[in-house]
Amino acid sequence: MSTQHQKLERHSLGFAMAILMVASIGGIVEIAPLFTIENTVEKVEGMRPYTPLELAGRDIYVREGCYACHSQMIRTLRSDIERYGHYSLAAESMYDHPFQWGSKRTGPDLARIGGKYSDAWHVAHLEAPRELVEGSIMPGYAFLSETRLGTGHLAASLTALSRAGVPYTDAQIENAEKDAAWQADAEQYFEGELQESYGENVQVRDYDGQPGKLTEMDALVAYLQVLGTLADLDSLNLEEVQR
Amino acid sequence: MLNNNTVENVLVLFALAIVLVGGVAILGWGVPLAYVLHGWMIAIFAGWGLIWMIARMNEEVRDIPLEYNDKVTRYGVLAALFWALVGFTVGDILAWQLAFPTLNGDVFWSNFGRLRPVHTSAVIFGFGGNALIATSFYVVQRTSRARMASETLPWMVFWGYNLFMVLAATGYPLGITQSKEYAEPEWYADLLLLVVWVGYLALYLKTLSRRAEPHIYVANWYYLAFIVVIAMLHTVNNLSVPVSIAYPKSYSLFSGTQDAMTQWWYGHNAVGFLLTAGFLGMLYYFLPKAVNRPIYSYRMSIVGFWGITFLYLWAGSHHLHYTALPDWVQYLGMTMSIILLVPSWASVFNGILTINGAWDMVRTDPAVRFMMVAILFYGLSTFEGSFMAIRPVNSLSHYTDWTVGHVHAGALGWVAFITFGALYKLVPWIWKREGVYSLRLEAWHFWLALSGTLIYVGAMWNSGITQSLMWQTYDADGAFLFSFLDSVIAMHPYYVARAIGGLLYLIGACIGAYNIYMTVSGPKKAQAREAGPLVPQPAE
Repeated sequence: MSTQHQKLERHSLGFAMAILMVASIGGIVEIAPLFTIENTVEKVEGMRPYTPLELAGRDIYVREGCYACHSQMIRTLRSDIERYGHYSLAAESMYDHPFQWGSKRTGPDLARIGGKYSDAWHVAHLEAPRELVEGSIMPGYAFLSETRLGTGHLAASLTALSRAGVPYTDAQIENAEKDAAWQADAEQYFEGELQESYGENVQVRDYDGQPGKLTEMDALVAYLQVLGTLADLDSLNLEEVQR
Repeated sequence: MLNNNTVENVLVLFALAIVLVGGVAILGWGVPLAYVLHGWMIAIFAGWGLIWMIARMNEEVRDIPLEYNDKVTRYGVLAALFWALVGFTVGDILAWQLAFPTLNGDVFWSNFGRLRPVHTSAVIFGFGGNALIATSFYVVQRTSRARMASETLPWMVFWGYNLFMVLAATGYPLGITQSKEYAEPEWYADLLLLVVWVGYLALYLKTLSRRAEPHIYVANWYYLAFIVVIAMLHTVNNLSVPVSIAYPKSYSLFSGTQDAMTQWWYGHNAVGFLLTAGFLGMLYYFLPKAVNRPIYSYRMSIVGFWGITFLYLWAGSHHLHYTALPDWVQYLGMTMSIILLVPSWASVFNGILTINGAWDMVRTDPAVRFMMVAILFYGLSTFEGSFMAIRPVNSLSHYTDWTVGHVHAGALGWVAFITFGALYKLVPWIWKREGVYSLRLEAWHFWLALSGTLIYVGAMWNSGITQSLMWQTYDADGAFLFSFLDSVIAMHPYYVARAIGGLLYLIGACIGAYNIYMTVSGPKKAQAREAGPLVPQPAE
């Protein structure tokens, strides 16, 4: 071994190539098949891409670094399932670019937070967490209620996501800016249009309690309220899911 | 006349021109203010680099002195110390925020979520990265008995890398992040780092190819593995689709499960090849130098090196136990993580046994003490890492502060200790001083850092296990005994203890920085003598 290695030690470029070869094996074996083995991501009813408002909320979630303290991944452990609900399926994050599974629970898991609390609770809690939950150590996000939501880039965002494989239609991309405003419209005037475009499970309402004003709070709460609610878990074939 | 240098100069000019165009495009088309500021920074950096290069090329050709080039290493050492103080300070602020949440300020830039990547990037890439670049430049010249292969590239690597760091650290508080842990900088900063890294690799290989020694010394294997593998990881994990040139935002090319696996393949090997391989390179040069003994075993070096290079890349999936990642990847990652203990401890024993015959120096020389304790912490955290990768253990440790404690045992105890040990040796050498300004202050730094680390890690072990047990405790009727909030409130004393531990560590680092400052500003050594003679290079 030593004499063989002594030969290698005489060639800097050869040594670098050897490192690259040896180091790339693990990734090739563990990552590449995830794209080719079909049951890596199971087929589940109900999954759809995020609406522009939910996507804007997700961008805010990413921007604020929420993932540093909140996971979005219910593991197959009893204590996870009984506390947070049905374990997370791969399909439930199939449109998540990037994923938000997280690595730390300083706060609770959020994978199925959607629908568990009212919009008003979320707004009040985000603005001043300790007013509602004594002992919480979460920072306050009152500035989200005062910040108007920028929607100018949403069409470009949807385009970028469709390039990464999310099935947005041309019409959805074209209407992205309008759709974002419509989904937070207190009159719910365009509910029909939005549901026709994105599906029955689109929730249209004024999220932040400030009708007529589209804020970052609207977007973030819309995102939180959709988390974990899309996949139709009742119609799930459990044998197919278990790997 | 077209020679090697001309080709290199043209390539560097070309790279700078591309960076300049990128910067101008960003400041011209960019919409968010923070992004436009980044455009200005990039453009000014590249413009300044171009002017500097052109002015240099117009000068009369100077003879390259027949001596080692340590100028960039000096800058790198100072940059590493600067980022260490930034990273430790922000880290301790975060620790106090967790203990007393009003300290978040609830202003958009000051909340935990936005400051946390400032801490992680500043310590891993600012402190760790600069320390590796600085020491790798020093080590590759000594072990090759050759001057750096280029007069300009080292500067480009140093300044380009630190520009990347400034873009990263100023971007996070202003909301620019792609949220992938330890790879938060957005696409334009990633592209800049890619250009810098290609320059670093080319420089390193070129310097190695000029060596007067027939064999490449083991420290260089590790530095080379650090450079090569980080290049691969950085490129693959940052594949993303930018929204447009007008916005800093991009969307990861992969989604969900595949994205998670790619990220933790990256995340675990940023630990493996930046925080482990790079610093093992440091160990393999500075420890034998400091104790004046050869490395204990050549064979153990080979086994350790290739074991780590091969196995580390398989271990990332242990970050995703019991998740929606297919089970076969989880089990494979767990198995490889356990085997990984073998080459890791090969390095530990190789290091410890190298000190044999010089153990008195652990008592008399704080720098050697730093290095010795660093090896012990390396042994501890690699054992702990393999242990936590076992699925049932992971069901207890994952998502808790135990992970945070584990990371800090490695980062504070191993990475920073070996770096401080090496710097206390390196600084007098490259500034040509008799020795460090004060051995007493050096010892103070050591004991503050050690007690800070032990308090930190001890607090996190306790809080992590308490947290997890509270999440999994049922009463007789099968209902949870504790709400999530109960577990948050129970953490308070540990979080205070952790913040105090971090503060001790920070005070130690401040003393260290003062000591190094006084060493640098002190008198020069009467006559400088180099360790190994430099061999003349053939004219190019």
